[in-house]
Amino acid sequence: MSVKPTPRVRMPATAKAGEVIEVKTLISHEMESGQRKDKDGKTIPRKIIKQFTALFNGKEIMRVDIHAAVSANPYQAFFVKVPESGTFRFEWLDDDGSVYAAESKVTVG
Amino acid sequence: MSFARALSRRTMLRTAGVGFAVAALPAAAWATAADVEAEFKKVFAGKTAKEGKIKLDLPSIAENGLVVPLNFEVESPMTPDNYVKVVHIFSEGNPNPLVAAFHFTPMIPKAAAQIRIRLAESQNVVAYAEMSNGEVYVAKKEVKVTIGGCGG
Repeated sequence: MSVKPTPRVRMPATAKAGEVIEVKTLISHEMESGQRKDKDGKTIPRKIIKQFTALFNGKEIMRVDIHAAVSANPYQAFFVKVPESGTFRFEWLDDDGSVYAAESKVTVG
Repeated sequence: MSFARALSRRTMLRTAGVGFAVAALPAAAWATAADVEAEFKKVFAGKTAKEGKIKLDLPSIAENGLVVPLNFEVESPMTPDNYVKVVHIFSEGNPNPLVAAFHFTPMIPKAAAQIRIRLAESQNVVAYAEMSNGEVYVAKKEVKVTIGGCGG
């Protein structure tokens, strides 16, 4: 089973300066743990999202190291501060080196 | 080392022809509290952890170990002089004690997050938080798992 990793981000498009907002992120991904075996008893190789990074206007604001114990289709909710209008960027790093990214613009006003 | 032990255990199972279903039984504890302790020593060399500051929220009973919601929040003003640097989540009963590590910056207003994790069996989940001044806090939560989340 293989799914095409598609990142989804939910956050407000406008905020007051300095406001704390909640960000909800989800990426479709099988998060194959490397613990399972196929019907022939062979271990299915690990393939997971191993790192998540959140950036604001190009500057890293949070990084998460992810291990095989994180569920398939990793969901994360967390909080960010919006000091000024700008772009939040979220990156997911796959075991195979692929990077999946999503961007969200937030306008302060 | 849990990893070496897990490997030898798996090899044993395979040669015994018991099949993979056995691995999901509660008796198959791979990581232990001692492994979590070892990871803690590796990550926070020479430090001791105090209780408090961390609110760790998981269900007491999880019907499905594949998707267990985990919520945490660490008390902190999150200013450039006083913030939570990192929160490590460990499991005492999974094949590997590592679950996730959140590296925060003062740009994050609340050292909090919500994720979903896999738990192979009933066990303790442990959270360690390191503050910018070097203090380390710990919180533990026991979760009873009805169906293990290792996929066999």
